[in-house]
Amino acid sequence: MLEEMAKRIRLAVIEMSHRAETPHLGSSLSVVDILCALSDKIKSDKVILSKGHAITALYALLAELGQIDKAELLHFNENGSRLPEQPSPHCVPGVEWATGSLGHGLSVGVGFALAARIKGEKYKTYIVMSDGECNEGSVWEASMFAGAQGLNNLVVIVDYNKWQATGRSNDVMHLSPLVGKFQSFGWDAVEIDGHDIETLTSEINRESNKPIAIIANTIKGKGVSFMEDDNNWHYRIPTKDQVAMAKAELGL
Amino acid sequence: MRNAFADEVTKLASEDERIVFLSGDIGNKLFDKLKLVAPGRFYNCGVAEANMISLGCGLASQGLRPIAYTITPFITYRCIEQIRVDACYHNQPLTFVGVGAGLGYTSLGATHHSLEDIAMLRSLPNITILCPADPVETRGAIRAAINVNGPVYIRLGKKGEPVLFQDNTNFEIGTPNKLVDGENTVILSCGTITAVALELVKELKSCALYSFHTVKPLNTQFLKEIFNQYERVITIEEHSLIGGFGSAVAEWAVDNRVDTKNLVRFGTKDEFLHGANDYSLGAKSLGLGLEDLRSKINT
Repeated sequence: MLEEMAKRIRLAVIEMSHRAETPHLGSSLSVVDILCALSDKIKSDKVILSKGHAITALYALLAELGQIDKAELLHFNENGSRLPEQPSPHCVPGVEWATGSLGHGLSVGVGFALAARIKGEKYKTYIVMSDGECNEGSVWEASMFAGAQGLNNLVVIVDYNKWQATGRSNDVMHLSPLVGKFQSFGWDAVEIDGHDIETLTSEINRESNKPIAIIANTIKGKGVSFMEDDNNWHYRIPTKDQVAMAKAELGL
Repeated sequence: MRNAFADEVTKLASEDERIVFLSGDIGNKLFDKLKLVAPGRFYNCGVAEANMISLGCGLASQGLRPIAYTITPFITYRCIEQIRVDACYHNQPLTFVGVGAGLGYTSLGATHHSLEDIAMLRSLPNITILCPADPVETRGAIRAAINVNGPVYIRLGKKGEPVLFQDNTNFEIGTPNKLVDGENTVILSCGTITAVALELVKELKSCALYSFHTVKPLNTQFLKEIFNQYERVITIEEHSLIGGFGSAVAEWAVDNRVDTKNLVRFGTKDEFLHGANDYSLGAKSLGLGLEDLRSKINT
């Protein structure tokens, strides 16, 4: 069922990119399954999509969850719409933070998690980051702090699609090994298939005495054969024909 | 000022459970009492100011009232984008406090000076900027700050600043505090340099002195009255002449067609200090030496 929802979200994301002529389609497609696995947490806990450039995937999920009207997606990025190209503060319910500038979400999320501890509240905080985002020094400042505090109500999922805007993420920076990096910062870190919603869900719900980092191996452009692992789709806008081809491939 | 600050924050934390104190790995022993009265609400965030600001905003968004504290350049320049996005854009009630502002740490060199912080922060929407003149105003400023529903920057001196105001002096955001009465000239002083301004005032005939502690929001009604009332208006601050308090006054005056020919602005030159300097030499080199100010006032 979540797999079917993921397909509908992928199509919605492609249609939004086509209609509004907005980039970052590959990044939005790679994160869809991660967000689907978090769909239960959106209302009960705190979820920050720190890679704000992939916000269409979250908007489409919020529409699936009934947090916003599906018809609203048709007006994505139109003047006056509640759904800007990258989120503004509390633009719609379910958008916890105006991300878009990379490297903020984890620090803010550490604040959410610490607030829960101070106030004795039960919610957990889930942060979805991109691998390119891990270039930002603030990510590692936050990681060291979370490790030092043993924030076991904090879960990070890295959408590890191996690309950033203009190159392979492991060529641009020495990113690998991400699991080892987080472990050495005091985290409970695992590496899994970021398109396997069942495994994602079980990792997301796992308890630990440390903050949890889930390194989710993903494919940029996932779900559409001619977009997969082709970084041109970081900026390219799909044509009407390409939208139709994608729709057919998704079986919708 | 920092002792008064630590003492007042400790009182606040014992009165108000929303107060969470974040330190950028400074204030050794200064906050020991705070740690005792507010267990679980003091965090040494390490030498990682960007994270400290953003996590503070995360705390603030959940109903807490965080106060982040470290040496001024590191809690301003170092993390300006976190202040802009997470504190100001999200309009979160984070109070961030810079200690040793201006030339407070003169001898440590320009890495530790902050003569451009107001210029940078003043341009950000939603922010409140408070520059207390002495330990008494420092206490008032931190109390006022935690009741603001948005980000507040407090610019503190270091230690040993003279007490200028009586203990019961009211501190209201936006309302300058009068120190000396006078009829001809008025000095509007911003921050710790007010002690220097007080020396100047003694030498001038009928010169009034105010601690103009709130740079933003700027009390323009007060300015309007001041410009009507006095023959000469002098602004003084331990900050660059580019973009600081004096600039804010000058911008307001120009935009409102107020006659600026009697406005004199004192601040630091557009330069960095090099080599070893104590406060006295540093201030002199940058144009804030007492002799320098005297001669400018008298010409």
